[in-house]
Amino acid sequence: MATGGPADKPRSFQEIILRLQAYWAAQGCAILQPYDMEVGAGTFHPATTLRALGPTPWAAAYVQPSRRPTDGRYGDSPNRWQHYYQFQVLIKPSPPDFQAIYLGSLEAIGIDMSLHDIRFVEDDWESPTLGAWGLGWEVWCDGMEVSQFTYFQQVGGHDCRPVSGELTYGLERLAMYVLGYDDGNAMPFNDPGAPIPLTYGDVFREAEAQYARWNFDVADTHMLMRHFEDAEAECARILSEPALDLKTGRRIVMAQPAYDQCIKASHLFNLLDARGVISVTERQAYIGRVRALAKACADAYLLTEAGGFSA
Amino acid sequence: MPDLLIELFSEEIPARMQGRAADDLKRRVTDGLVEAGLTYASAGAFSTPRRLVLSVEGLTAESPAQTEERKGPRVDAPDKAIEGFLRSTGLARQDLETRSEKKGEVYFAVIRRPGRPARDIVAEVLETVVRGFPWPKSMRWGAGEMRWVRPLHRILCLLSDEAGAEIVPLEIDGIRACDVTEGHRFLSPGEFSVSGFEDYAAKLRRAYVVLSPAERAEAIRADADTLAFAAGREVVEDRALLAEVAGLVEWPVVLMGAIGKDYLDLPPEVLQTSMREHQKFFSVRSPGAAGDDVQITHFITVANRETADDGATILAGNGRVLAARLADAKFFWDNDLRVARDGMAPWLEALSQVTFHARLGSVADRSARIARLARRLAPVTGADPDTAAEAARLAKADLTSEMVYEFPELQGVMGRYYAQAARFGPEIADAVRDHYKPLGPSDEVPEGPVTQAVALADKIEMLRAFWAIDEKPTGSKDPFALRRAALGVIRLCLAHGLRLPLLEVLGRNPDEASDLAQTSDRLLTEELASGGAGLPGDPARPSPEIAADLLGFFHDRLKVHLRDAGLRHDVIDACLAMPGSDDLVGLVRRAEALGAVLGTDEGENLLQGFRRANNILAQAEEKDGVEYSFGPDEKFAEADEEKALFAALDRAEAIIAPALSSEDFATAMAAMADLRAPIDAFFEAVQINTDNQIIRRNRLNLLGRIRQVCGGVADLTRIEG
Repeated sequence: MATGGPADKPRSFQEIILRLQAYWAAQGCAILQPYDMEVGAGTFHPATTLRALGPTPWAAAYVQPSRRPTDGRYGDSPNRWQHYYQFQVLIKPSPPDFQAIYLGSLEAIGIDMSLHDIRFVEDDWESPTLGAWGLGWEVWCDGMEVSQFTYFQQVGGHDCRPVSGELTYGLERLAMYVLGYDDGNAMPFNDPGAPIPLTYGDVFREAEAQYARWNFDVADTHMLMRHFEDAEAECARILSEPALDLKTGRRIVMAQPAYDQCIKASHLFNLLDARGVISVTERQAYIGRVRALAKACADAYLLTEAGGFSA
Repeated sequence: MPDLLIELFSEEIPARMQGRAADDLKRRVTDGLVEAGLTYASAGAFSTPRRLVLSVEGLTAESPAQTEERKGPRVDAPDKAIEGFLRSTGLARQDLETRSEKKGEVYFAVIRRPGRPARDIVAEVLETVVRGFPWPKSMRWGAGEMRWVRPLHRILCLLSDEAGAEIVPLEIDGIRACDVTEGHRFLSPGEFSVSGFEDYAAKLRRAYVVLSPAERAEAIRADADTLAFAAGREVVEDRALLAEVAGLVEWPVVLMGAIGKDYLDLPPEVLQTSMREHQKFFSVRSPGAAGDDVQITHFITVANRETADDGATILAGNGRVLAARLADAKFFWDNDLRVARDGMAPWLEALSQVTFHARLGSVADRSARIARLARRLAPVTGADPDTAAEAARLAKADLTSEMVYEFPELQGVMGRYYAQAARFGPEIADAVRDHYKPLGPSDEVPEGPVTQAVALADKIEMLRAFWAIDEKPTGSKDPFALRRAALGVIRLCLAHGLRLPLLEVLGRNPDEASDLAQTSDRLLTEELASGGAGLPGDPARPSPEIAADLLGFFHDRLKVHLRDAGLRHDVIDACLAMPGSDDLVGLVRRAEALGAVLGTDEGENLLQGFRRANNILAQAEEKDGVEYSFGPDEKFAEADEEKALFAALDRAEAIIAPALSSEDFATAMAAMADLRAPIDAFFEAVQINTDNQIIRRNRLNLLGRIRQVCGGVADLTRIEG
């Protein structure tokens, strides 16, 4: 395996990230950096959503900071934060030994395969906002969910051909388990032997309280709604532009800038939801609006070269 | 006689699909083999998380040769006809036989189909089965187009006999059949080849795989019982969970741990649900306890492996995950108890924000309708109206509690705890828990007058509402479980002898159902105010027509229910036609009495007499264009038998009318059956159609009286046979 033997335990949150990156780099993945926008999950990164579409092979792994405003607990919860990290892997087409490669990654972060009970338990993945679904499992280690494992079947309403294999590791929960902490805020972020040792709570706790207050009580809902509508309109406007760029004389379909607006709309919806101003029926309508954007962006992506378009 | 072994080796198959899939594999493959002309002695199917397996023993080595004879055209027929025959048989002219028949020389084709080896048939059948396998959900993977429940990695397909084993030549989308498999993913990695089923099963066991799901389930059950017993406790039985867990492991190892002290005071239903839903743990309880005394103290988890530390790491990990889960549950429980102790006001308020149905308003709207209905129904069940209305008002409060949001299946159960915490009496608390009952034909019917009133109101309100907006069940579609609701009302009424005037309750009087119209008006106003286009269709306004249609729905469900209880549908039909058939208890009593009397000779013969009278009447009425329903006059009676019939009808009527009004159906039926002898004698002695028109009309009117007297008891024309 890529790093050390089974007894070789990581000592910090960041070491787990570094080991995962090193492991997946060794498996041939491009190690990307997080997408520079607010997203609800690593799946929203264009390296997953858009790259899962079309025929072009792809292999990438990255950390994605993610935000779920409703999960905010003012930094007081041992295992819930409105800002958290996911580690995401997407390989297209899914390799035949994807399960075995995945298990190698658990070993790489210090899980001793001879002592733990690893199970693949049915869990089909669906994202109503992305119009996407796939079949797979949640992977259990001693009864604890350590990853989502999915074979993408559809994204943005389009069949995936070939099929991508997708992995999502919930990094905080995984790290707490591997490092042996029940309270996530207490787990070491950098090496506990470092001159200035920092815990996860040292890094995030104060910000969690600030965001929780803003998310739940302060965010200007009228502004958020306006921004939602702006993003929605801009997405449609971008996609309504003809493919031919008059300045360069080239064919440029602006799928990703449009998709940025879809990401924005999705996050604004999450913020509105956390403010409690969206009723049950409106909720479905908002989700439908974001899905329509995602679908339009997916349609546009298939008209780009990476999406398989050839003139 | 070779044996056949098939293993389809894949990534982990969802536990809930394995059993069905093994059955489908067995049925489809064996059906295919038999259809192709093979026979076999026995077949068995197995499944583990990673494999579907079929073993067929005593398969015939090849299908029998077949000869088919087909008669063709005459030898001197036009060439075109003969060529057509050759094409259809695939033979050349010199292959044909010539036979002499009456019409002359005729061509015959004798087509000989040689037997096919089992090998070829198996390959063909298995490919068809794999490509068309009926998974509830299937997927593609990689760059391929093949579909399976999860990626399919290997097909083992082997025919074996005394001489040895042979791999069946077969390739599906790049997967070539082989004689290789592998054992437990972690305990015994690596491939090995096998020579037949016995060898396969034995090698798998050495490789830490128990092939039979039944054997795994039994091992889990036995080990769990032993562990619990050793701790002086017992496992809470859960068959569905046992089957599921047996489908998650190839090498089950049962481990038991204690639940942390902090969580022992959570309600047992919460512990059990949390452990089952999130962790697939069995619950272990103190022995012999029942009701509120049950205490769940331990959990049992089933690992998929042995370890050097005897599962200590696995158990510790599972215990930590459980503690985190139960900490969440306790957080919900503590928060909920605070709200409950203050009277649940925030929950009741929140119900107005929960949409029940776009055209039927919020859950709060529905709750208010149920409460009004429960108040009206209370006298029927013997409950205090205020108590019933209060219980109904609280019945849905727990739907907005944190615990029920997390575990929807605990609705009602939590409501009872919260009603207790709010210091409501046991009548109300029990009604909150049990008003959903009975759920289906075998669920128990709830006791207690208050519970019954709320349970009835809950179901009737739902039926009334969905009927009002014309969302009735059709065919197999019944998304709101309205059939179950109607059956629930039927079972409640019958079990407790509740005399419910259904037609009134269902809204024959529109004022009774004005609640719905109010909700509907409000929804419409809101929708229009918010700039919407208005609600689809008409607002929900109950009407007498709707009530009558809904009563028909109840009658259909009642027929199904009573048919299962052994009562003939035509007997029920005969009683449905009678007045008061919206009182289910009366209706069933009448039907039971009629069924009993028709089972006797008297009843059977009376039926014959009634039919004879009815037929004669029907013919005469059609011919004469009048209805013979005027009272016959005894002074025109001639024969003694005729006079006797007059007397018998008078006697019967004198018994039947009071018996019916006191619902003594048995007496009424017996009095009716007593008419048999006088009617028989009358028909024996008297000619109806005489030349004297006055006497003829009088006799027809006498028959009319038979019809009328019997018709007061049941509509015998509905009886078949």
